[in-house]
Amino acid sequence: MLRIEGLSAAYRGLKALQGVSMEVRKGEIVAVVGANGAGKSTLLKSIAGQVATEGEIVFDGASLRRVAAHDIARRGVCLVPEGRRLFPRLSVEDNLRLGAYARRGEANRFKPLDFVFTLFPRLKERLGQRAETLSGGEQQMLAIGRALMTQPRLLMLDEPSQGIMPRLVDDILAAITRIRDTGVTVLLVEQRLAEALEISDRAYVLQTGRVVMSGAAADIAADSAVRQAYLGL
Amino acid sequence: MENGILARRRRELITGAVVLAALAVLPLPIADVYTRNLIIITLLFAGLAQAWNILGGYCGQISLGHALYFGAGAYVATLLFVNAGFPPLIGMFVGGAVGGLLALLVGWPCFRLSGHYYAIATVVVGEIGYLLFLNWDYVGGATGVYVPFKGDSWLALQFKTQKLPYHYVTLAFAAAAWFAAWLIEGSRWGFAWRAVRDDVVAARSLGVRVFASKMAAAAISGFFTGLGGAIFAQYVGYIDPESVLGGQFSILIALPAVLGGVGTLWGPVVGAAVLMPVSELSRSYLGGSGRGFDLMLYGALIVVVALARPQGLVSLLGRRRERARAA
Repeated sequence: MLRIEGLSAAYRGLKALQGVSMEVRKGEIVAVVGANGAGKSTLLKSIAGQVATEGEIVFDGASLRRVAAHDIARRGVCLVPEGRRLFPRLSVEDNLRLGAYARRGEANRFKPLDFVFTLFPRLKERLGQRAETLSGGEQQMLAIGRALMTQPRLLMLDEPSQGIMPRLVDDILAAITRIRDTGVTVLLVEQRLAEALEISDRAYVLQTGRVVMSGAAADIAADSAVRQAYLGL
Repeated sequence: MENGILARRRRELITGAVVLAALAVLPLPIADVYTRNLIIITLLFAGLAQAWNILGGYCGQISLGHALYFGAGAYVATLLFVNAGFPPLIGMFVGGAVGGLLALLVGWPCFRLSGHYYAIATVVVGEIGYLLFLNWDYVGGATGVYVPFKGDSWLALQFKTQKLPYHYVTLAFAAAAWFAAWLIEGSRWGFAWRAVRDDVVAARSLGVRVFASKMAAAAISGFFTGLGGAIFAQYVGYIDPESVLGGQFSILIALPAVLGGVGTLWGPVVGAAVLMPVSELSRSYLGGSGRGFDLMLYGALIVVVALARPQGLVSLLGRRRERARAA
């Protein structure tokens, strides 16, 4: 579904990604793990078209090079960014509607709504509330819900557990598995290594902008040498 | 979710219709020309502020150069009438179209800037427009243009002794701008524009075309501002760069929306209903000795509202509704 070859990106001359190659297959949860500054978020932003890159990104057989960020989103690639980036002054309802409006056709625009409310019943209770008044966990639920309203085929999540009560982290991770079960492919960047690897099929380990290891998530999780060498655990 | 939104939208529309009906009969018992003039100016600014609100409030692009579109609309409709006998009732739409086109031309380079830089760029563009018209002989330069009176006529939008027709023209203008904002608010465009206002990166990641959204908002905003300029020119019968293109005018267009509540349907209307009477009354009571006092009052009001109700005066109505619901 997603193939990346020789992807490089830099911020003001500082190399954030250096020749990254990877593949994400349809219906998988693929985790991208690594220490802070490894280039995980840059990788997701590059796929979403928010960062200038070199190299090739192919989604569903079509190159995403020189495709504008909004067109990438319209092709079914949706990023839930780090820090959620909700529309704070809009209500929960309007945030969800915004996701739905990303789709052009009228028909089935609100189809994912029932699923979003099943995943996150709290959102239904807080429908009229401004997004900025929600707790961290609820905001993350809304960010994921809003992304689901775009009916993505590839959902990219950047640190979904960041700033969330531990009790809610499990809910969020369980929700990610349920999202995958509906046929949505998930690319997950997550600091909580054990939990991320537990729900993922495969994983890539990034270090200073390079892929240093890849394989089945269970294998990486089980390899204590890898954990020590690349993940600082 | 859809049912709740439709019910809310229907309520807004019904409220709009009730206010429109009330404003339609408002001048009938008023014989005083001064008060009628005050209402006309208030309605005109309610429409202009709503036009500004479409770009500045819903799309978050703070323009301080709207006088350019206003002046362009005023000049185009007036010159078409003076030089070609083109009826202003139709000419005002040409003026509006030119206002919209100018907004697109300004937006093309300026929307590549963001935040304060965009606002500063619009100030500069507005000043360029002012200086251009000031030194352009064809449009009367600093002398300006008189609108010749050719008898009472709806086509010419000229009524020598009556104020009532102007009341209905400005009411139709304010209502049209309000209705446009209402349509936008509930549309896919409106949602996209609010996303652009709140977070450009998040908007893009949801598939929103940011640049196109800003351009569309600018075109509609410019159109209504130009339309207002054309109506203003016919109402006052004389225009010059100072009266329709001055930098101060850009501020006056934006202020009612800022005071009433940006990005809201009723903010510009409430803001104009408060500010214009304050401005006109302070000017008429203080005369020449109070020149500029109205602006001081404006400033004081804005400071008070910004401190007490940053969401604008219209948010007070929301608070009252919430209290009533709680009771």
